[in-house]
Amino acid sequence: MTTKHEAPRLDLPWDQVAPGGVVTAVGNSETYVTGTWRTMRPVRDEVQCTQCLTCWIMCPDAAITVVDGKVGPYDYVHCKGCGVCAERCPVNIRQPHSFTGQMGKVIHMVPESDFENVNE
Amino acid sequence: MVASKYMPLDGANAVSQAMRQINPDVVAAYPITPQTAVVQNFSQYVADGIVNTEFIPVESEHAAMSACIGASAAGARVMTATAANGLALMWEMLYIASGMRLPIVLTVVNRALSSPLNIHCDHSDGMGARDSGWLQFYAESGQEAYDNTIKSLKIAEHKDLLLPVMSCQDGFITGHGVERVGILPDEAVREFVGSYDPEHYLLDTDHPVTMGAWDFTDYYFEHKRQQSEAINNSMPVILEVCEEYERLSERPQPILDCYGMDDAELAVIVLSSTAGTARSVARRLRAQGAKVGVLKPRLYRPFPAQQIVDCIKNCKAVAVLDRAISFGAPQGMGPLYTDVTSALFVAGISGLPIVNYIYGLGGRDTTPPMIESAFADLRVIADSGDRGDLVRYLGLRA
Repeated sequence: MTTKHEAPRLDLPWDQVAPGGVVTAVGNSETYVTGTWRTMRPVRDEVQCTQCLTCWIMCPDAAITVVDGKVGPYDYVHCKGCGVCAERCPVNIRQPHSFTGQMGKVIHMVPESDFENVNE
Repeated sequence: MVASKYMPLDGANAVSQAMRQINPDVVAAYPITPQTAVVQNFSQYVADGIVNTEFIPVESEHAAMSACIGASAAGARVMTATAANGLALMWEMLYIASGMRLPIVLTVVNRALSSPLNIHCDHSDGMGARDSGWLQFYAESGQEAYDNTIKSLKIAEHKDLLLPVMSCQDGFITGHGVERVGILPDEAVREFVGSYDPEHYLLDTDHPVTMGAWDFTDYYFEHKRQQSEAINNSMPVILEVCEEYERLSERPQPILDCYGMDDAELAVIVLSSTAGTARSVARRLRAQGAKVGVLKPRLYRPFPAQQIVDCIKNCKAVAVLDRAISFGAPQGMGPLYTDVTSALFVAGISGLPIVNYIYGLGGRDTTPPMIESAFADLRVIADSGDRGDLVRYLGLRA
């Protein structure tokens, strides 16, 4: 996982930035930290999740990782908190959600202010 | 120097000839009066196999400029043409082309903007785009439109600039008016413009790049400052290309066309075709001993501020003729007037009486007696020291 110090250089003066905003390095959007935009965070109940991977398919930011065919950690450095994963989760849980204690789907949107570290 | 072949051409056809000789990779265009002839003629060259341009007949001007941007980003040499409401519909894309630093050349055959509906000449279309990051030439004749088109391409693609250029001429007056136009040999034009070899382009798969990417609060300001600097520093390149073209064509290519300005006490500043009318009036008045002059900027963006100030600073009274209104500006003055007066102020000149005439809106004919009346007004202003009305009108029913 990338951290903020790898983000595009913010020390370049105006006469040294690339004309027209051309980006000549490849695959560096990963270094652009967007997790700080988030106001609501998706939290998954890992026990009740059926591993259908619908959230992984639907995530518009590739912020849901898959490890060995199963949903892995959410990439909170890039997740913007759009809520598409929670909205499209098809599984109704049978026990209260492991984090919120509420019924509903496997993924719940929780206010970001409930967390101390925006990246974890 | 190479000899031109002289042909009877309207201004639109003169531009089509320049485009034929340049043979750009891509032209994406939509027809609109009075520009239609430009792309109609050019599409015929495409159909006849005279050029090997990819011609994209799009569904709107917004799509035309969008396709031009895509093609230019891909690495192609790109040209297009439009007028009036078509230019207005390109609005969003004009800024994207200039912000991405894509050297597209756009011919504008100036026409009034609706409403009320009008298809005839004024400069409200081009003037509205004066802050869009495009360089702007204004042509007096079909000959200048032809010459400016070829120069525009070389200026736009210069490695230090990479700025899109708008090459304007007056709708119908020169756009549809047939005159004697000197056309350079095809090979001379092709050699002059050379080949387009961009440093970064999307189809360069060995060196992949991203264009038009997200540019947030952390980068946009720097990119805009850099874009402004490129335009601010473009004058040496423009002059260099103009001089090179002048040597090639043996036709003068000044950015300021001065008539009688060496000793003029009274001067008229005017763009495009009306400069010819003003010059003919000035010639007659000078024959009668009046020290009058006409200043016609051929280049409007970047604005040749210092050059204009140097040209008019010794005059006793000056009239700036505007074929557009900058609505809401003080007293409804025109854009050329605001630029000239701003240049004078910055140069520390405040004592020169300078008035503004709005003329020719919607194609209203501007006749020699109207120019004579302006010179007569200037005589009164110079003699009395009383500037009088700031904004006046030529040819308006009162």
